[in-house]
Amino acid sequence: MSKLEALTGNAAVANAMRQINPDVVAAYPITPQTSTVQTFSEFVADGLVDTEFVTVESEHSAMSACVGASAAGARVMTATSANGLALMWEIVYIAASNRCPIVMSLVNRALSAPINIHCDHSDVMGMRDSGWIILMSENGQEAYDSMVQAVRIGEHPDVLLPVAVCQDGFITSHALERVELLEDEEVQDFIGTYAPQWSLLDLDNPKTYGPLDFYDYYYEHKRQQVEAMENAHGVIAEIADEFGKKFGRSYGYLEEYRMDDADVVVVAANSTAGTARTAVDDLRDEGLKVGLLKLRVFRPFPAKELAEALSSAEAIAVLDRSISFGSMDNSGPLFTELAAALALQGVNVPIADYVYGLGGRDIAPGEIERVYRETLEMAETGESRGVTYLGVRE
Amino acid sequence: MAQLTEIRWHGRGGQGVVTAGQLLAETALGTGQYFQAFPDYGPERMGAPIRAFTRLSDEPINIHSQIEEPDVVLVLDPTLLGTVPVTEGLVEDGVLVVNSSQSPDDVREVTGFRTGKVFAVDASHIAIEEMGREITNTPMLGAFVAATGLIEMEALTEELRAWFTGKISEEAIQANLRALKRAADEVQEG
Repeated sequence: MSKLEALTGNAAVANAMRQINPDVVAAYPITPQTSTVQTFSEFVADGLVDTEFVTVESEHSAMSACVGASAAGARVMTATSANGLALMWEIVYIAASNRCPIVMSLVNRALSAPINIHCDHSDVMGMRDSGWIILMSENGQEAYDSMVQAVRIGEHPDVLLPVAVCQDGFITSHALERVELLEDEEVQDFIGTYAPQWSLLDLDNPKTYGPLDFYDYYYEHKRQQVEAMENAHGVIAEIADEFGKKFGRSYGYLEEYRMDDADVVVVAANSTAGTARTAVDDLRDEGLKVGLLKLRVFRPFPAKELAEALSSAEAIAVLDRSISFGSMDNSGPLFTELAAALALQGVNVPIADYVYGLGGRDIAPGEIERVYRETLEMAETGESRGVTYLGVRE
Repeated sequence: MAQLTEIRWHGRGGQGVVTAGQLLAETALGTGQYFQAFPDYGPERMGAPIRAFTRLSDEPINIHSQIEEPDVVLVLDPTLLGTVPVTEGLVEDGVLVVNSSQSPDDVREVTGFRTGKVFAVDASHIAIEEMGREITNTPMLGAFVAATGLIEMEALTEELRAWFTGKISEEAIQANLRALKRAADEVQEG
């Protein structure tokens, strides 16, 4: 039995944390932190969780404490956003390299400067090479469901990697929507008890985390991280499948919407996928064959699945909520990676990039309809286009 | 109910604009409707003009953009008329519900909104009389229900009681409920 509640995306995630009841949560309790940590601190104060809740003096310390606790064998969670993630930077890599299955809620917001508290994906795109598994969420419900799945994914013995669960700052993190919460016992049964294989506290079998590791073995350790990321690919699907069978909400690497006979497809992530669905419906009513591909798993990047889903499209547009400055055409990271994936998989379809919504700039269905119309034109000409900065004053 | 109704709230910091949107969302949840409620985040100061938004629908809501063309606009503070463009984007056949001691005709005059429906209620007066404070969110919710019929008064009353229980005294809850009902009765259409 599940329970319907009116919750913000942040509160939905805090409730997932309450139900997961992690051993340790270390987090920075001040801006740029989100209300997730505030709500969770209330659960701690009310005695609803057994968590050792550590409020630290910086985000760098938050992730450091998480790494220590995780190495000790604890089930560990944290939450951050924007510049908070940027300050964690050094330890974000260390968490992944030490193979700490930490779960982090990441509310995607713009990086300074200038100061901006609103949504874009600059923060998470900065951690794309760090070794974390990265899941994207259209709304609070998806963020909640993925938090529960993330525990299992990260802790899987073939994976042992940290997982970030993203959602859009303010747009879903602060919007009150209908969220179906699982029963506490259902969450506990699903995640099970964490049995760390490599606990520092296992004194009979001493371990070392993060020692000097030069040209003798460092490279091999990096190679093992690759193997873990490769394993994560299958594990994510297995756990999503189990979650879907138990609770009726299905997840995969991607979600296809009205793509069966679609001539053109837009690829989007997080809340914009929902708005794009509205645009697809409007254009379908006009008789235009358009579809949407929502990306749920950004790391590991599901290149083969994307290529397969897009192989019959006549043209593709990517919606990127960040810029990779100085990259090919100063486009967005999703575009460059997808274009490369399609090329390597032999999918030769015209493709264009649309950067949009930086610093919380709104994207309306009408603008996405424009993207579809231009992509339909691109299907006619058969020629790829470079980047377009949607909705910017020039 | 229409498939999707988009609502914009105007008020000043401290008047309970965000709470009103949340109450509406909770009521919608209880009656099996879908909803979104989100404020317009910026510098938040007591007394500064603020906006909040609500979407209501019988079906799941996918759209996550801002509300640019609301179907309903509610103005919780009479001093915002003429200072903030409250009718901006309001659809031609939209509904404007204003806290004002003026008549709906006068509100049309001030706002320039000639089409659709205009409702006026002296929510400030009701709030001061019933609750002793000019917190206009509950009377304006009453006016909203009377003006649009988008949610049931009974469901809203129950939700309001549940929301305030444990937060304020029983006496204060009764005052809120009286303000809610009075505004629904006293609101004028023109």
